[in-house]
Amino acid sequence: MREFRYEQAPDAAGAVALLAGAPGGAFLGGGTNLVDLMKLGVATPDVLVDVRELTSREITDLPDGGLRIGAGVPNADLAADRRVRERFPVLSQALLAGASGQLRNRATTGGNLLQRTRCGYFTDVTKPCNKRAPGSGCGALEGVHRNHAILGQTLEGPGTCVATHPSDMAVAMLAVDAVVRVLGPDGERAVPIAELHRLPGDDPSRDTTLRHGELITAIDLPALAFPSRYRKARERASFAFALVSVAAALRVEDGVVRDVRLALGGVAHKPWRVQAAEQALVGGPATEEAFAAAARAELDAATPLRDNRFKVPLARNLVVRTLLDLVEVSR
Amino acid sequence: MDTEITLRVDGAAHPLTVDTRTTLLDALRERLRNTSPKKGCDHGQCGACTVLLDGRRVNSCLVLAVTVGDAEVTTSDGLAADGQPHRLHRSFVEYDAFQCGYCTPGQVCSAMGVLAEARAGWPSAVTGDLDDADVDLTDAEIRERMSGNLCRCAAYANIVPAVAAVAQAEGVRR
Amino acid sequence: MTTIDRVVGAGVDRIDGPAKVRGTAPYAYEQDPGEPIAHLAVVQSTVNRGRVTRLDPARAEAMTGVLTVLTPDNAPRLAEGLASDLPVLQSLDVAYQGQVVAAVVAETSEIARAAVGAVLVEYAAEEPDVVLSADRQDLYAPEQVNAGFATDSIIGDVDQALGAAAVTVDATYETPTQHNNPIEMHTSMARWDGDSLTMWDANQGPHTIVNDLAKGFGLDRGQVRVISPYVGGAFGSKAFTHPNQMLAAMAARVVARTVVFELSRQQMFSLVGHRTPTIQRVRLGADADGRLTAISHEVVEHTARIMEFAEQTATPTRLMYAAENRRTTHRLARLDVPPPTIMRAPGETPGMFALESAMDELAAALGMDPIELRIRNEPAQDPERHVPWSSRHLVECLRTGAERFGWAGRDLRPRKRTEGRWLVGTGVASATYPTRRRRAQCRISVDGRGRYTVEIDGSDIGTGAWTALSQIAADALATDLGSIELHIGDSRLPRAGGAGGSTGLASWGSAIVLTARDLRRRLDDEYGGQLPADGVSVDGGVEGEGPHAKTHSMHAFGAHLVEVRVDQDTGEVRVPRATSVYDGGTIVNAKTARSQFLGGFSMGVSMALHEESLIDPRLGHYVNHDLAGYHVATNADIGELDISWLDEPDELANELGLKGIGEIGITGAAAAVANAYWHATGLRVRDLPITPDKYFRELDLA
Repeated sequence: MREFRYEQAPDAAGAVALLAGAPGGAFLGGGTNLVDLMKLGVATPDVLVDVRELTSREITDLPDGGLRIGAGVPNADLAADRRVRERFPVLSQALLAGASGQLRNRATTGGNLLQRTRCGYFTDVTKPCNKRAPGSGCGALEGVHRNHAILGQTLEGPGTCVATHPSDMAVAMLAVDAVVRVLGPDGERAVPIAELHRLPGDDPSRDTTLRHGELITAIDLPALAFPSRYRKARERASFAFALVSVAAALRVEDGVVRDVRLALGGVAHKPWRVQAAEQALVGGPATEEAFAAAARAELDAATPLRDNRFKVPLARNLVVRTLLDLVEVSR
Repeated sequence: MDTEITLRVDGAAHPLTVDTRTTLLDALRERLRNTSPKKGCDHGQCGACTVLLDGRRVNSCLVLAVTVGDAEVTTSDGLAADGQPHRLHRSFVEYDAFQCGYCTPGQVCSAMGVLAEARAGWPSAVTGDLDDADVDLTDAEIRERMSGNLCRCAAYANIVPAVAAVAQAEGVRR
Repeated sequence: MTTIDRVVGAGVDRIDGPAKVRGTAPYAYEQDPGEPIAHLAVVQSTVNRGRVTRLDPARAEAMTGVLTVLTPDNAPRLAEGLASDLPVLQSLDVAYQGQVVAAVVAETSEIARAAVGAVLVEYAAEEPDVVLSADRQDLYAPEQVNAGFATDSIIGDVDQALGAAAVTVDATYETPTQHNNPIEMHTSMARWDGDSLTMWDANQGPHTIVNDLAKGFGLDRGQVRVISPYVGGAFGSKAFTHPNQMLAAMAARVVARTVVFELSRQQMFSLVGHRTPTIQRVRLGADADGRLTAISHEVVEHTARIMEFAEQTATPTRLMYAAENRRTTHRLARLDVPPPTIMRAPGETPGMFALESAMDELAAALGMDPIELRIRNEPAQDPERHVPWSSRHLVECLRTGAERFGWAGRDLRPRKRTEGRWLVGTGVASATYPTRRRRAQCRISVDGRGRYTVEIDGSDIGTGAWTALSQIAADALATDLGSIELHIGDSRLPRAGGAGGSTGLASWGSAIVLTARDLRRRLDDEYGGQLPADGVSVDGGVEGEGPHAKTHSMHAFGAHLVEVRVDQDTGEVRVPRATSVYDGGTIVNAKTARSQFLGGFSMGVSMALHEESLIDPRLGHYVNHDLAGYHVATNADIGELDISWLDEPDELANELGLKGIGEIGITGAAAAVANAYWHATGLRVRDLPITPDKYFRELDLA
């Protein structure tokens, strides 16, 4: 691990100011991913600004029935919060499906959104990775990539990257249209979560659209008035990253889909909103056939790699089964 | 970069000098020579380093020592009061809930966390009804909640009843 | 002769338990060397084959707190004659990725690890050759395979018999590279006092480590002491000396301080061995009644360029079932991989996956119950050595298991049961492991007050040896457990073999029984049965295999019955329950033995469903080299386990009638899971692990 200076600030604005003056610095939240990456030499900040106690650890009600989650709320507390469990079960379930009890206790909500990929080439500094070392190549493209992306990858050129975003929580937040509140050197701004994470494009080194020194202070969840759920498929029963996961919310009336939110995890460089399927479903029948057709509409665009073609039928099945389960709940 | 801190561990305060890079785990093991938390991966992937930080279970390998402040660190050894083994200690021995014993202090601390989390009504990934206020630490619940602690000897089938017996005694298992 | 049971057989709590649950039992790194500890960290090769062309430690040496950087230029010279992976830092040649090319010694672990990144290394490298296949042109037959078994065994005319058989199976099974991954990483802490070396070390047998250190550093065995009372798991990777012990000793000599080398988890994937991948073609021929006429089991596996380790994968096939015509072979490819080593039940673990899967396929082809098929092919004597069994109760294991599991009435057809979205199936497989005994010496002393001290360089790597040996001693000395003080895990103690080959209690226990008998005789003969005031001490032991080993075939046996559920939407696999029944001879400690059995079985479930070290064919490294990438079973992956054993001491095996139980649990377990998976899904996955992607592959959806 590279040597670094450890800084504390009186408040969030102070932390932002500190980091603005430290181009090689980073915010430290729960540290469950950053400290891990620092040990690997993947992250090499020269200054750590501790923000763990600086952003809110409260969950507060919004007037519309939604919730505002302080960025410092530990994942475990968020998952266990009564209001989250009642109004956003998809989010509780996503959090509980992620990591371990210990990690959830320490990891923060803001930090969870900023997790970096667990691609084995990214985390090994002796191997090529365009995300970690731009221009060095993508080891995974022709290498070990069973758990890599099937959608939205960059498959050629200097930006080649087939990594996936590892967060479960972010997938659920995407499905419920969360808004990320950010404090930066130039003040506050609100970022719809769909605009927070990005595809690799020609610069896979950037996971998000945040600028250096911007600090996530809170996440707003707009009210969700219909059933939701999260389902994750993984290679062991617990404590494993998703092969594919789905976050879904569904409003059905008289057998007709009135509203649907669908997002996939484990399939792309960012949590993947399943827009084609959503559009195909609204106004149509809430049947297995319709769900399967909608899933296909989205997954026809998939560009799986040599060894992860299974993710296409897996994602399709998860979408269909989760929506059917939600129809069941709606009855 | 050296920094002066004071760590409160198992009821005693320890002033010490650490590198900013020093993790809580390395501070405990290498500076204080506290052998209770173990290093099994150093990346939050095995749970052997689990300690309680102000009563909550965490992976001490991912906590920088400089960030601990005045939080109380409790290791498995620290759960023994007045030299008497904790009820979880006795249960782990009785059910032979370990073999090599290396992951065990972490398992014990994690079990402490599981019991506290259940008392607080926290659900898990296998909890059927998220609206249910009371947690019943069934075998399936214990398995899921203890899954952040790998045991390569695979004493899992004994860890479950060892934790269950204490959960029963503490009223978080029906 | 068997001792009269008193505490042997009882489920005594581990005597090391109270300290282990609190974390106060000192493992290697946790011992007190009596002075500040310096830390060693290593620079590892990033190429698989080639030579270091430039190595510049200057930046690292200049870092505050760095004591020295060892390189092939300045490292102490080691003597010749070591196993070929041990001469660390003796040349600039690179034979595998991860090989140590330099080592930093520093005041703190943080500094040592950081300085590693400051050592500049350049290589001239060749393309790695790391992919095993059965059609490689360079496969060769080793002189023998591990544990001294013949490479090939050919009896009768297999091909003719297969051609004439009413029913045949011809299938190829594959197991991937696996890593032992004990939770305690390999750790060596070395201290020199003049020309004497003390090492606190994580290993399976201190004397083994002493041998190599003495040889490498040109010392007498008496000048080296290795201390290892508590070891945090091993599963084979800690059986032999690895580069870590040599390096720690080297560094401590150079800096004249105690030096510790604790591997990182990532380094555990290159420096301390792994289980070879295997490609196994099994052909079975049977008559219409299911009687085997031919068994062929041909194994292809890898070894390292610099070192041969030939896993004895097909050897269980030489004894499991009767058949007139038999063929078992092993072929190796030398690849640019780190040296493989033993991993829990080397040979039996991958071999029984293939054989027991093939037996299931044969049962399906015959339309016969797979338990009945095995019973029908039970051999009356060892089918290749043509000697009687010392004892063999496989059929009772299968029958008892069937009863306990509720096997009767099982539909033979696959994919017939569902519960919700789960496809449900059941499967069976046999288990076996050889019963052996090794040379072991022992000293027992008694003081004037009837307190006994038992000294033997055995190891407890989690097996329960601390407790079981104390029980054996208590009975053999006709005293109570509280009167026994056991000393193990220290090379100063009388020499005994390491923990391996499931020989611990057979060897150390027999040595204790015989030495105790001697002591009691002396007390009777010389002291009239009274304890002399200043005590008595007796040395004794056993000389390896017993008299019946040549005349009898000695093996433990067992049966696993498993229920598997497969999610038909995701291909996720669960093992909600299993029954295992063992023929393990005398059970010394009912509690710790049960843990050995269920731990072994659970590791087999882990092998069946999770474990796989993925190598990059172009870059030549294990990509998933940590515990997030290399999945081992979590608590949630293991369901209800029903473990039992037959009460059948093996009177011919050794002084205690025990067969050794540390490894048998894993054998056959993966096959039982795979067979149940087939019964649930109708899909036969022949390449482990059975991950969800293979469900879609087998359905032709991916």
